[in-house]
Amino acid sequence: MMEDKYGMKIPEIPKEKFAFVQRSDEIHDEKLQTKAIGYLGDAWIRFRKNRSAVVAFVLIMILLLFALIVPVASHYTVAFRDGYYKMVLPRNSLFAGAGFWDGGKVEQQSEAGYLYLNSIGQETGKSAIMKVYDSFQDSTGATFYKVRTDSYNAVGYVFVNLSDSEYQNLKKYQDETGIQVMYPLQATMNKHFVRGNDGANFWYVLEDESQGTGGKPVLDENGGYIANYLTSDDPQKAGYDSLRIAGDGENGVYYTYAQKNQTGYRVRVHYEEYFNYVNGFYASFLFGTNVYGQDIFTCLAVGARFSLLLAISVATINFILGVIYGAIEGYYGGAVDMILERISDILADVPFMVVATLFQLHLAAKVGVVWSLLFAFVLTGWVGTAHRVRTQFYRFKGQEYVLAARTLGASDRRLIFKHIFPNSLGTIITGAVMTIPGVIFSESMLSYLHIINLDTSATLTSIGTMLSNGKDYLSTYPHILFFPAVFIAILEICFNLFGNGLRDAFNPSLRGAED
Amino acid sequence: MTKYVIKRILLMFLTLFVITVMCFVLIKLLPLPAVREMGKDINLVLMRREKMGYNRPIMVQFFLYLKNIFTDWDWGVGEQMYEGLEIWDVMMQKLPYTVVVNLYSILISIPLGLGLGIYAALKKNKWQDTVISTMIMVFISVPSYVYAFLVQYIFCFKLNWFPLQLASLSQAGSLFSGKMFVSMVPAIMSLSFGVIAGFTRYTRAELSEVLTGDYMLLARTKGLTKAQAISRHAMRNAMVVILPMIFGEFIGILGGSMIIENIFGIPGIGNLYVNSINVRDYNFFMALNIFYTLIGLVSGIVIDISYGFIDPRIRMGSKK
Repeated sequence: MMEDKYGMKIPEIPKEKFAFVQRSDEIHDEKLQTKAIGYLGDAWIRFRKNRSAVVAFVLIMILLLFALIVPVASHYTVAFRDGYYKMVLPRNSLFAGAGFWDGGKVEQQSEAGYLYLNSIGQETGKSAIMKVYDSFQDSTGATFYKVRTDSYNAVGYVFVNLSDSEYQNLKKYQDETGIQVMYPLQATMNKHFVRGNDGANFWYVLEDESQGTGGKPVLDENGGYIANYLTSDDPQKAGYDSLRIAGDGENGVYYTYAQKNQTGYRVRVHYEEYFNYVNGFYASFLFGTNVYGQDIFTCLAVGARFSLLLAISVATINFILGVIYGAIEGYYGGAVDMILERISDILADVPFMVVATLFQLHLAAKVGVVWSLLFAFVLTGWVGTAHRVRTQFYRFKGQEYVLAARTLGASDRRLIFKHIFPNSLGTIITGAVMTIPGVIFSESMLSYLHIINLDTSATLTSIGTMLSNGKDYLSTYPHILFFPAVFIAILEICFNLFGNGLRDAFNPSLRGAED
Repeated sequence: MTKYVIKRILLMFLTLFVITVMCFVLIKLLPLPAVREMGKDINLVLMRREKMGYNRPIMVQFFLYLKNIFTDWDWGVGEQMYEGLEIWDVMMQKLPYTVVVNLYSILISIPLGLGLGIYAALKKNKWQDTVISTMIMVFISVPSYVYAFLVQYIFCFKLNWFPLQLASLSQAGSLFSGKMFVSMVPAIMSLSFGVIAGFTRYTRAELSEVLTGDYMLLARTKGLTKAQAISRHAMRNAMVVILPMIFGEFIGILGGSMIIENIFGIPGIGNLYVNSINVRDYNFFMALNIFYTLIGLVSGIVIDISYGFIDPRIRMGSKK
C-alpha cells in the first residue's frame, strides 16, 4: 500500500498487469452508424408528423391535378356556351334516380305548368317530370303540384334553322342510326307565342291561344294531349318521309317535319338528340351550367388553373426579387439599407387595389389582362419577402461562423448565398408559400368586382368571375355559386394549413405562435 | 418618444406625397374617356378643358390640384358619375354607411374575439382549444364573400329573417333605425367572421405565450389567485400586442370592404371606389386613392406609436 499526500491509501498494482488497449494507429472509436440529418431532412421529418398539413398538401395536389387535367380532358371548354342548356343542374350519371345530383330540382308548379312539363316527355318518353310528390288545392280551388323536374329534359324541343346540306345530313343521320331527332312541326309554329325559346314544346292544342305559353292544353276524354301538328296530304310535301312518329300517315294525312324558308329549312328537333348529333356526346354537366350555358366543372378547373398558376408564379418571382433585395439590404446594412428600405417602405404603403387598378387601366390593353395582373402582384408583393430576408440576414451575419468564413477569405457573394442564405431558407420558403392564398383571394376579389374583366375571354375564366356571374341567381340556381365558393374555400384552407405546417417544420420554436 | 412620433408623421406625409404624385401622373397618362356632353358647343368643351387645366403640363396640373385642395378644399367634381357634384360631398355622404356597418361589426367582434381567445389560451391543448383553433383556421382562410353568400342564402333566402339588400335611407328613416340595423345584419355577420377569428387567433397566441412567463409563476407564488394573476399580469402583457391591433382595425373601418359592400348593396365608400373604376371617373378615383393610402398609412402609424404608449419597455427602447 502506498499513501498519497492527502493520506489516501492507494493499492499498489504491478506494472505488468496493465496492458495497452490499442497499440496501432487505428482508432477503434465507434463510428456513427446513422446518416446525418440535414436541415431539409429534419424539416421533412417534422412536417410528416403534422397530419393536418400532410392532408392539406395531398388535397392541394389533388386540386392542382384537377386544375391541370380537367381543362384538357373535358368535353367542354370555356368557349363552349350552350344556348339551351342554360343553368341546368348538376348531374352525375352514377346518381340517376338517387334523388340528388341527378339534374333534378323540386319545384311547385301550377296546373298549367305541370301539364306543360308533362307534355314534353309525351313524344319521346324523356319526361321532364321525374317524380310527383304531392298535389293540393289552394283556397281559390287552383291545383298545384309539387314535382321534381329534370332540368335537362325540360329543355325539350327547339327550332333550328338548317341549311340545305345540313338538313340532308341530319336526314341521313336519322336514317343510318334510327334515332329520331326531328319531330313534326306544329300548326301554331308561326304564331307569335310559340316563337320564344319554349315555343317548340307546344305540340298540342291549347285552350286559349291568346294566353300564349302560359295557357292550359285541351285534354281528351282520357286525359291525353291532342296533337296539333302541321299536316299535309302529300308525304313528299311534308318534307321528310323516313322516320315518322306514331299516328303519322293515317287517313292520308302526313305530318310536316321541315318548313322551307329563304336560307334552308326550319325544323323542330329534340334537343337532347340534336346536341348529341352536333357534338357527338350527350350533354351532362357534373356541376351544372351557368347563365351563359358554360360547363361549371370545366370553368372551375380553368379558373383554378389560372389562380394557381398566377399565385405560384407570383410567389416564385416575389421570392427571387425579395431574396436579392433583402440580402443586399441585410448584408450591407448602413446607408445602402437605409435608402433601399425607404424605397420598399413607400412601395409597401401603396394600397394593392390602387396598383392593380392602375396596371389594369394602363397595361391590360397592351400586354393583356393576365400579365398586367401579374405585374401588379409583383410590384409590391416582393416587399414582404425582402423584409423577412433582411431580418434573417441581420440575425445571421454577425455570427461567428460567418466571421470565420470571412476571415478565411470568402467573398461577399459566397457569404450571402452559401453561408447566410441557407440558414434563413426555411423562413423565406414559408413566407413565400403563405403569400399564395393571399394572391388567390385578391385575384378572385378583383375579378369579382370586374376590375379585371375576363367575361369576354374565350380561353380564360376565374373563380371570381364565376362568382360574380352567379350572384344574381343565388336564390334560384345556387349551384352556380356553390361550386366555385366551396372550391376556393377549400383551396384557401389547404394552403393556410400547408403553410402553417411548413412553418412549424422549419421553425419548431414558433409552433403555435401566429405571426 | 415625441421625436419618434414627429419623425414617423413626417415620413408618412413624404410617403403620401410620393404615392400621390405617382397616382396622379399615372392617371393623367390614361386616355380620357369620351368627353360627355358638357355642352353641344365645341368651344364650351374647349373652354372647360382650359379651365380644368387639362392643357397644361402634368406636373403643373398636379400642383393646381394640390392648390385647390389646400386653399378651397376642392377635390374636383364628378365627371362620369355624380356629374357636377363635389367629390368631397359625395364621399362624406357615402362614408357613414361604411363606418356604421363596420363599426357594428367591430363592436361585436372585439368582445367575442377576445373572449374566445382568452378561453382557448386558458384551455390550451384541451379539446376546447382544439375546437377553437380549428374554427379559427377555417374562418381565417375562407374568403369573406363565401360567408356573404352563405349568409344570404341561409338567413335571407331560406329563413327569410333579413332582407337581401340594405334598406334605403328613405325606407328605414335613419342610418341608426332598427329597420336599417336589421338590413345590415347579414353584412355585419359576413364581415365579422373573419375579424373574430383574427382577434381570437392573436389573443390566444399572445396570452398562451404570456402565461408561461416566469412572472406568472411569481404572481401565483406570492399568493394571487389564478384569476387575479391572469387579469393583472397576463392580460396586461398580452394587451401590448392586442390593443394596437384593435386601434388599427378602428381606423380600417373607414375603408370598409369593397366586396361585402358590393354583395349587400351598401352605398358606401368601397362601392364608390369600384364604381369609379368601372365608369372611369378619374377625379373620384384619384381622391379615393389618396383616401385609401392615407387610411393605410395612418393605421400603420397608430399601431406603431400605440405600442410605445402602451408598453413603457418599447418606449424606453426607442430612445436608444
